Parts: sequence; structure tokens; C-alpha cells
Amino acid sequence: MSGLSPIAEGLWTDEAKPRLIGGRLQSGQIVFPMPEGDAAQGVEPYNLSRKGTLWSFTSQDFRPKSPYEGPGEGPHDFKPYLIGYIELPGEVIVESLIVDATLNELRLGMPMEFAVVPFNAKHTTFAFRPEQRA
Amino acid sequence: MNNVYIIGAGIHPFGRTDHRSGREQGVYAVREALADAGLEWADIECAYGGSSASGSADIMVNELGLTGLPFVNVANGCATGGSSLASAQYAVASGAYDLALATGFDKHDRGAFNADPKSYGLPEWYGQTGMMLTTQFFALKIQRYMQSHGISRTTLGRVAEKAFRNGSKTDHAWRRSPVDLDTIMNAPMINDPLTKYMFCSPAEGGVALILASEKKMRELGADGVRIAQISVRTRPPNSFEVFQPAINVVEGGKPTILASKAAFEGAGIGPEDIDVAQLQDTESGAEIMHMAENGFCADGDQEKWLVEGRTEISGKLPVNTDGGCLACGEPVGASGLRQVYENVQQLRGRGGARQVPGSPKVGYSHVYGAPGLAAVAILER
Repeated sequence: MSGLSPIAEGLWTDEAKPRLIGGRLQSGQIVFPMPEGDAAQGVEPYNLSRKGTLWSFTSQDFRPKSPYEGPGEGPHDFKPYLIGYIELPGEVIVESLIVDATLNELRLGMPMEFAVVPFNAKHTTFAFRPEQRA
Repeated sequence: MNNVYIIGAGIHPFGRTDHRSGREQGVYAVREALADAGLEWADIECAYGGSSASGSADIMVNELGLTGLPFVNVANGCATGGSSLASAQYAVASGAYDLALATGFDKHDRGAFNADPKSYGLPEWYGQTGMMLTTQFFALKIQRYMQSHGISRTTLGRVAEKAFRNGSKTDHAWRRSPVDLDTIMNAPMINDPLTKYMFCSPAEGGVALILASEKKMRELGADGVRIAQISVRTRPPNSFEVFQPAINVVEGGKPTILASKAAFEGAGIGPEDIDVAQLQDTESGAEIMHMAENGFCADGDQEKWLVEGRTEISGKLPVNTDGGCLACGEPVGASGLRQVYENVQQLRGRGGARQVPGSPKVGYSHVYGAPGLAAVAILER
């Protein structure tokens, strides 16, 4: 993904197998994303698991209004996409784009894995996809 | 606390009215409510009202008259109407006033609401990547609910079919034509499993309710409906609401369940005592889930209820008798008050073609909205 920069800084780790950066509250609860400003007080950054299970999902069949910055120029070249919540066991359930899948393939509870993917002409973003079984 | 009655109810038809601003639709509704109660604007002692996108309510005095009354602006998102009504009720129940107004109005642009992440305290990327849409939340919630509790896609369609059938009998509804089940099921998908006809649209409209003390109602000889209980609740820890980049793995409570329980306890009755209900139906799935969250049925029973027509106007528990948000659209500031307006009309036997048979005595209304709040009002004849 040369030339593309992350959609936001500090959203995932910069390593060979990147992970989302959440936060651990003093109570032990894991949250995502890592809080900012005063809300970050007492919260430790916590790198989330790369694997989880599908908690729910849906399709986005019309082009969202601003502030959406997805690929394409308008409704004429909009490509529907999938989103869902992925439960990272014992951590947190995160909302994410879903890639490398069709709607019909998605089932609650199916294994999912983390990926960083191209988003638009400028940026990469995070996503989950069905786990590739070797 | 003293008993409080709704003695006047007015509405500006929902939908699109190009030649009137949102506030003008509110003024129209206030005049209708005054006429209904046989009152003049100068009789009203205090007022509460608001809109989400059409400005402050207190400047309605420019059109209605400069009587000097205290007029409180309410800005509480989807609960604007419910909060206005609750405030007006307290004003009368406390004995401070004998006549109070609660009003709400709005006028939204076409298409789905677009939300600004910053105003919700969320990071920009959440909106930029296309995950900050209210419609997605409802689809994600019902998708999981359907698979967990055996609700079919056809049941979602039946809810919409009922809404448009009821709307066709309702003067103030926007969608006035029935839509058949096949058309609903085969319409373009918005967010799977919800098609175009299963979502309500942002719209326009205004509602006004006039509240009176028992003494004042008797003095006027007015046709009143008693407010048994109004309960407003915001979200408890770990709930699943709109605009959440993440949810806790520990399942939390729901604002609707809390508001419903409080309302039933306050009124001293149970779900089995309700004769007619208006439940938040932002989309078909919301009506399904809210039937259970408000205590009317167990999770999963909705499948059978819809097949048997139990929520039809002629059924055991008529739900959304005026077509709800699906047929009326959703002007945020007015929507919750529309539900109460509909129950007032039903309990007074003024439902016309959509009147619930058998003289209903107890009406229940429930509004839910961002960022996780619910308001329930129980009215008794």
C-alpha cells in the first residue's frame, strides 16, 4: 500500500501484523478506540487481538453523505460495502468494515481476522475479513 | 402530585409542506389544539417545546401572541417531545399552573440524517470510513436479533405492510397508500435485511398538546385523557446504541426496558392492561424489538404475533395505529408527541377509519432515539 497513509494516527500498531489500539480502563474494561484528552486519564493503551468472531453485520447499499470519504465521486460509482461488529473474546466488540466476503457468506459467530486495507486514493483503513484457513 | 389531563390535541399533517417552515407547522398545531380544547392562546399559562432542526420554539409567541407567558425551549434530540410533555406535566402536577402547552415540530432535508462525529464526541475516521449512519445501527441490531430469536424477513415486511395500511386510514399520515408485501420485500436494500419500505424517512410536521389540572378540566367541561405516567430514561452502562465504534463484551441494559418498567410501576399497571400502543418504529425491526423491550411479548414471539395479526387495529394489542414513523415520517421534535396525540384520539374515540374497536381505555407510547434514550407515556381514559 505504498503512498497510502492511515486514515488516522494511532488507530492501529505499526508492526508486521498490526493490531487495533484500544484502551484498558482502571476497572479492567477494554474500550475502543483509545480515549483522547481528559478521557484518556488513567487509561492504558491496549493492543487488541487480531482474531475474533462476527457479532452482527449489514450492508451499506447507498452512498453515505458527508463526512464519508470512501472511494468514488458520487452515487454513480458507489460500490456497496459491508460492515459489522467483531467480538474479540474477553476484550471488546469493535465495529469495522468487512472485506473479502459477500453478504451471503456472513454468519453470526464465524471466525474473523484483522487486516489493514486500501480505503480511498489517499488512505488505508482497518477491516476484518473471514479467517483464511490454511 | 395532582392528576394531569390532556384536554387539547392538535397536529399539522406530517410529510412535506413546502410553503410552511417547521415552526409554522408547530404554530398550526398549537392553534388546532387550542380550538380542540375551546381555549384562546391567552389562556395558556406556560409552555415547553422544541425542534431538532427548525429553531427555537419560544419565538412562536411572535405568531401566537405576546401574552408574557414563560416558554421553555427543549432540545433533547429524539426525546424533545417527551421531555416537553414531561416538563409540562410537572408544571401542572406541582400545582404551579392549571394550563400548560407541550409542543414539538421539525422540518428535515430529504435522505438519511448525516451526523457530525465531533458533535457526538467521536473521532473523524468513524464518519470518514462510512460507519456513522443511524440506519446501519438498526440493521445491525435487528440482524443479530433475528438470528438469535428466529425472526424471519417476512415478519419485517409484515410490519411495514401494516404501517402503510394504517397510514392509508390516517389524515395526518404522509404515506397514504397501502404497499403490498411483495413490493416491500423486493424493494431496493438499504442496509441488509432492511429494504427501502422498511425505513421511515426524515419528514416535517408539528404537534401540540394542552395539559390541564383536574379542576380546570371540570371548569371547562373539557374532554380529557389522564396522564397516568411519563418516564424518560437515558442509557445504562454497556448498552448497544447508535454511533458506537465498540461495545462491551459484557451485555448491558437498555434504556427502553428501564423507561418501560418505570412507567408501568408508576402507573400501577402491566403490559396486559394496555389497549393500544405506539412504539418507536424507525424501521420495521425496531417495532419488532420494541414489542419485547416494552414487555408486551417474549423475544421471538413477534413472529407468531405478526402472522396472527395481533398488532393490527382489530387485534389484541393494536400497535402504531396511525402508521407510526414508517407511514408518518420522522420530524424528530414532533415524532414522540405524534404518538401521544394518536393515543389521545384513540382514547377519545376520535380515530375515525383507524379507530380501535371496543372503546380503548389505556394507551401506551414509546419513543427511542440517539444517543440512547427512551420516553414512555401511559394515558388512561
